[in-house]
Amino acid sequence: MQRIGVFVCWCGSNIAATVDVHKVAETLAKEPGVVFSTNYQYMCSQAGQEMIQEAIHTHKLTGVVICSCSPRMHEGTFRKTCAAAGLNPYMVEIANIREQCSWIHKDMAEATEKAVILGRAAIAKVHLNAPLTAGTSPVTKRALVIGGGIAGIQTALDIADAGYEVDIVEKKPTIGGKMTQIDKTFPTLDCAACILTPKMVDAAQNEKIHIYSYSEVESVKGFVGNFHVTIRKKARFVDETKCTGCGDCTTKCPQKNVPNEFNLGMDNRRAIYIPFAQAVPKIATIDADYCTMLKTGKCGICSKVCAAGAIDYQQKDQLVEEEYGAIVVATGFDPISVEKFDEYAYSQSPDVVTSLEFERLMNAAGPTNGTLLRPSDKTHPHTLVFVQCVGSRCDGDGRGKSYCSKICCMYTAKHAMLCREKYPDTDVYVFYIDVRTPGKNFDEFYRRAVEEYGVHYIKGQVGKVVPENGKLKVQASDLLSNEQIHIDADMVILAAAIEPDKSARPLATMLTASMDTNDFFTEAHPKLRPVESPTAGIFLSGACQGPKDIPETVAQASAAAAKVLGLLAKDNLTCNPCVAQPDEMMCNGCSSCEKVCPYGAITYSDKEFRGPNRTTLIRRVASVNPAVCQGCGACTVACPSGAMDLKGFSNKQIMAEVDAICK
Amino acid sequence: MQVNGEYKPTIVAFCCNWCSYAGADLSGTNRLTYPDNVKIIRIPCSCRLNPMFILRAFQRGADGVILCGCHPGDCHYTTGNYYARRRMTLLFSMLDFLGIERERTRVEWVSAAEGAKFAATMNEFTAQVAKLGENKRLEDLRCKK
Repeated sequence: MQRIGVFVCWCGSNIAATVDVHKVAETLAKEPGVVFSTNYQYMCSQAGQEMIQEAIHTHKLTGVVICSCSPRMHEGTFRKTCAAAGLNPYMVEIANIREQCSWIHKDMAEATEKAVILGRAAIAKVHLNAPLTAGTSPVTKRALVIGGGIAGIQTALDIADAGYEVDIVEKKPTIGGKMTQIDKTFPTLDCAACILTPKMVDAAQNEKIHIYSYSEVESVKGFVGNFHVTIRKKARFVDETKCTGCGDCTTKCPQKNVPNEFNLGMDNRRAIYIPFAQAVPKIATIDADYCTMLKTGKCGICSKVCAAGAIDYQQKDQLVEEEYGAIVVATGFDPISVEKFDEYAYSQSPDVVTSLEFERLMNAAGPTNGTLLRPSDKTHPHTLVFVQCVGSRCDGDGRGKSYCSKICCMYTAKHAMLCREKYPDTDVYVFYIDVRTPGKNFDEFYRRAVEEYGVHYIKGQVGKVVPENGKLKVQASDLLSNEQIHIDADMVILAAAIEPDKSARPLATMLTASMDTNDFFTEAHPKLRPVESPTAGIFLSGACQGPKDIPETVAQASAAAAKVLGLLAKDNLTCNPCVAQPDEMMCNGCSSCEKVCPYGAITYSDKEFRGPNRTTLIRRVASVNPAVCQGCGACTVACPSGAMDLKGFSNKQIMAEVDAICK
Repeated sequence: MQVNGEYKPTIVAFCCNWCSYAGADLSGTNRLTYPDNVKIIRIPCSCRLNPMFILRAFQRGADGVILCGCHPGDCHYTTGNYYARRRMTLLFSMLDFLGIERERTRVEWVSAAEGAKFAATMNEFTAQVAKLGENKRLEDLRCKK
């Protein structure tokens, strides 16, 4: 019989306001095996933890039940507390009477009764707990960063600075990400390229960093500390080791009409191209969809002009196998397609542009070399209308996103301000639902746009944009004066919502990392573990976790790097001891468990058993590799003879909980 | 279960540790209420649920049993919820055979972000089970004191 101690936490008034903690402690004291039961204001505080440790010593407890917040919050804390007092940490069970009781029920009698039942279930489980010892597994001291935007670059630089090797996998021919397309950054208005390109060069020159550009992650196997990753290096038909980035081929290629994705299709590039002048690595790439040589076998001009002899039309995709201890996801974001918002006439007029397109139009390296010209007739625009929240905070009709994209208020203020500064003859209108400017110096920045630069901010939504006689007729409502407004605009700029990159969802499946309904990666804890995925060894950096501006992205990138370093600094990791274990006497070697195991943790071997009349029998039985098993329990249900069981969540334990609840 | 002469169904909810248990926590964090009849048992993955546990719950007097797991494709262990889905389909046809109303069991996918969905599901499921009344068909009277 176990000697169990029950500790009921008040959590200040979080639990005590709806649950009668004294009554819970008194009632549970009468349960079989309970030798000590108490309640305290904050069980997780030092005084509370000392109380638990003292009770373990004085009452010689063999099991501990803590009725408190969710085990997702403090299970680890209480396990450590008990381990320090000499009790096996896996002899601790938590009854979740905060998130799943006091916070959802209002009636004290009902909540108290439920808390008692939850406590009873935990006691019933502890009776069947067995001390577990965690094994260890070695850590591969290298990290992989998926995505080479500012988030990925910052994470990689920080990891490399601490002396560990790190690889960046970037699907585009160059690293740099979305920030390379941005002209100026708010709220300081410094040039994005001037602060980003030195970092890109740093990453390329750092001997600890290896960049796989134009590559994608093909598969991920393994677990924290020991990931096996296959990387697909897409054929760029240029030998990376020979190409000097001189750019001769990109000026001689006869295929001139390829939409330039760097300028969002607003001008053209050649079939062989370097995305932009500061690209890293500065290596040409052939676009197989447009290259005449690759399509028809007739051309070969680039290979003739290449002095380095780097062109290789026979190049194939290459699969590279690598080992990593930690993986950082930095896949970033994309603006949504605004085609669905046809009321703004995006598909009807080239003068209706998205904010990122506007960014390129203002950029000195953009399609107009930084002169703001209307895309339709290349004339100077006089009236500009900015529409906020295109697809953000948009519920109900299924066209947009329910969340706030966070960055649009600020970049629109920036665009409006830059526009007024460069061209004081322009009239700039901004239609908004709310202006949201939390952040250091953000509100001051927005106020400058209104007060110093005379940008017209109008609270209200644009109902319709109609292209007419070379103008854009904007119909909108002013919610504050309750008037209809008609503006003849030269350009309309749409602040499109941002969404996670399309590659994020398949990647999350590969990594078994969880995502929310908007396809943003979820963090292990929204407040306390914001840069870790719930999957051990997977870390989150930048906008893949939620909309973020550049300073926040960089902060999160460095935080993710710090977490990675914490992992890589360890030589060995403690494994989860709650793994499957077969009862060899009952196993009949049928292989049912092996088939359902997602990790390949189960193997079979012939073992000798004692048979009747002093004979020996050789039987095929299952064995589980505890370092590979992640403890999902699929095998325990698949086993027809009931030989397989999961430590910490055994059949008997779960049934004891069921019994306690149904009593 | 009878409380003050009023019928109150006993409901056991099995929640996977990674998505649905976190979803249940989130509904608590957001103070979204659902009936106190629902008692949650944490399991590592929905595939850890042996259909036997559900039968055991019915035998011991539960009136409804619900299994919550990660959305298909989102399983922390990649494929666990697919196994759970198939096993539960088999169990449902067996419950049909035993004459247990189908409405007493349910499988629902609740992600860690869907606190509101968890609360709504529990409200709906409790109402559904309450309508059916007490589970007598599989209840083992020997289990009663």
